[in-house]
Amino acid sequence: MSNGTLTVFIAIGVILSAAASIFAQDDILRAHGLLMTVIMFIGMLVVIVLSDYRPAHSRPSRKDDSPYMDDVVRFGVIATVFWGVVGFLAGVAIAAQLAWPQLNIEPYFNFNRLRPLHTSAVIFAFGGNALIATSFYVVQRTCRARLFGGDLAWFVFWGYQFFILLAATGYLVGATQSKEYAEPEWYTDIWLTIVWVAYLIVFMGTVINRKEPHIYVANWFYMAFIITVAMLHIVNNLSVPVSFLGGKSYSAFSGVQDALTQWWYGHNAVGFFLTAGFLGIMYYFIPKQANRPVYSYRLSIVHFWSLIFLYIWAGPHHLHYTALPDWASSLGMVFSIMLWMPSWGGMINGLMTLSGAWDKLRTDPVLRMMVIAVAFYGMSTFEGPMMSIKSVNSLSHYTDWTIGHVHSGALGWNGMITFGAIYYMVPKLWGREQLYSLRLVDWHLWLATIGIVIYASVMWVAGITQGLMWREYDDQGFLVNSFIDTVSAVHPEYVLRAFGGLLYLSGALLMAYNVYKTVTVGARRTEPVGAAGKQLEPAE
Amino acid sequence: MDYEALRQLADSWGLVYLFLAFVTVVAFNFRPGSKETADELSKIPFREDEPHGN
Repeated sequence: MSNGTLTVFIAIGVILSAAASIFAQDDILRAHGLLMTVIMFIGMLVVIVLSDYRPAHSRPSRKDDSPYMDDVVRFGVIATVFWGVVGFLAGVAIAAQLAWPQLNIEPYFNFNRLRPLHTSAVIFAFGGNALIATSFYVVQRTCRARLFGGDLAWFVFWGYQFFILLAATGYLVGATQSKEYAEPEWYTDIWLTIVWVAYLIVFMGTVINRKEPHIYVANWFYMAFIITVAMLHIVNNLSVPVSFLGGKSYSAFSGVQDALTQWWYGHNAVGFFLTAGFLGIMYYFIPKQANRPVYSYRLSIVHFWSLIFLYIWAGPHHLHYTALPDWASSLGMVFSIMLWMPSWGGMINGLMTLSGAWDKLRTDPVLRMMVIAVAFYGMSTFEGPMMSIKSVNSLSHYTDWTIGHVHSGALGWNGMITFGAIYYMVPKLWGREQLYSLRLVDWHLWLATIGIVIYASVMWVAGITQGLMWREYDDQGFLVNSFIDTVSAVHPEYVLRAFGGLLYLSGALLMAYNVYKTVTVGARRTEPVGAAGKQLEPAE
Repeated sequence: MDYEALRQLADSWGLVYLFLAFVTVVAFNFRPGSKETADELSKIPFREDEPHGN
C-alpha cells in the first residue's frame, strides 16, 4: 500500500473517531473518541512527514530480495522492549500505590484504572508483541518461506499497536467491561478480532507455503495459540452495546454462566497465550542458542497434545466455593492437577536439551536466562495445580499468594524466555556479530532473578498472612480481624514487593540500553578482567 | 437440542471421542521407527540457511 492510500485511511479514522466523540452517548466514548482523534491525527502527520515525495523512478528501490521478511520482526522486537519497560514501570507504580495509597491520583491515575493498564501492557503489549515478532521470525525459518500476504504482516503489527493504544487509553478514561484480562470495551474488541484474523492468515499462509515438508513443533504451539486465542476472545466478549455510539456494553451471559465463561477465557489466556505461545519460543530459541536439537522431539509432541487436551478444562478452579456447581469446580481442579504431567514433561525437555552441554551455561548468559525461564515454568506450573486443590484454594484464594504465583510465572517464565529470545534475535536481525555487552546481560539476569525471588517470597508471606487472618475466629465464633487489619499487616511486604519490581524494571532498562547499542554500534570491545595495562610481549 | 441432551452427549460420546483421539495421537507418535524420524525432524531449526525451493 502506498503512503498516500495509508494517509487517506488514517484520515478516515480521524474523521470517524471525531464523529464518534461528537455524537457519543456517554462520557466514556466522548473522551476516548477525542483521545483517538488526537492520536490518529499525530499518526497521520508522521506518515505524511516520513513519505518520500520524489517521483517514483528516482526513489531508491525498495525491493527486498532477502529470503525472509525481517523488517516487521525488527519493529516487533523494538515494540516488545518498549512495551516491556512501559508495562514494568506501570507495575512498579501500582505496587507503590498499594504500599502508599496517597500516590493514587484521581481519577485518571488511581489504582483501579492503572491496574488493567499494567496487566494489559505486560501481557498483551509486551507478551503479545513478543509472540507476534518471534512467531514471524520462527515460522519463516522453520518453514523456509517468506511471510505470506506481503504488507498484511505490517497491518498485523501496526493494527496490534493501535489495539494496545485503544485499550490503554480506554482504561484511563474509565472504559471497562469489568472482565479480568478482557477489560477493553466492545469497539476495541472488534478491532482486535480483525487484527487477529489477519495474523492467522499471515501465519497459516506461511505454513501452507512451506518448503520444509514437516511443520516444526514450535509452529504447532504458535498455531494453537493463535487459533485458541481467537476463539476465547470472541466468545468471552460476546456482549450487547448499550448504544451504537456508547462506551458501555453488557455481557451476553448472566450470573454464574458469565463467570464461568470469563474464567474459561481467563485461564486459557494463561494456557494458550502465556504458555502455548511461549513454548513455541522455547522450542525454537533454546535449541538455537544451545546449538543442539531439542532433547526429545517425540516428548515435545506428547507435550503439545496433552497440553491442548487438558488446559481447556482447567478454568473452573478460579471459581471454587462460588455459585458454580460443585462438579464443575471439581472438574477444573482435576484437570489442573493432570496438567502437572505435560508441564513437567515440557520443562524436562527444555532443560535436557542442554544435557552434554551444561558447560555452556558457564559462558553464555543468554542461555542461562533461558534456563532460568524454563525453571520458573516448572516452578509455577507446580504451584498452580497445587493452588487449584480446593482445600489449598480456600486459604490462598483472593489473597496475594495468587498475585505472587502469577508473577513467578509471568516475570520468571514469560519475561525471561522473551529476554532470551530478544538477546538471540537482535544481533542476527541487525547483522551484528554479537550483542553490545554480555556483561549487561548478566546484570539483567541477576537483577531480574533477585527481583522475582523477592517478589514471589514476600507475596507468599503476605498471602498466607491474609488468608489466616481472614479465617481467624475467636471462642465466641466471631471474626477476630477486620479487613483493614489485614491490609495494614502486609504493609512491609507491599513495600518489599515494590522493591522487587523495581529490580526487575532496572534489568529491563539495561536490556533496552543493550539492544539500542547493539543496533547502533554493535559489539563492545572488551578486555578480559585483569588484562588492562598488560602488554603482549613478543616471544624471544 | 436442550441443555440436558447436550450435556449427556458431551460426557459420554464426547468424552470417548476426545479420549480416543488423544490415545491415537500418542500411539502414533510412538509407532515403531518413529525415533529416527523424530531425531531427523528435530534438526529443522538448523536448516534456515538452506536455499528455498525444493
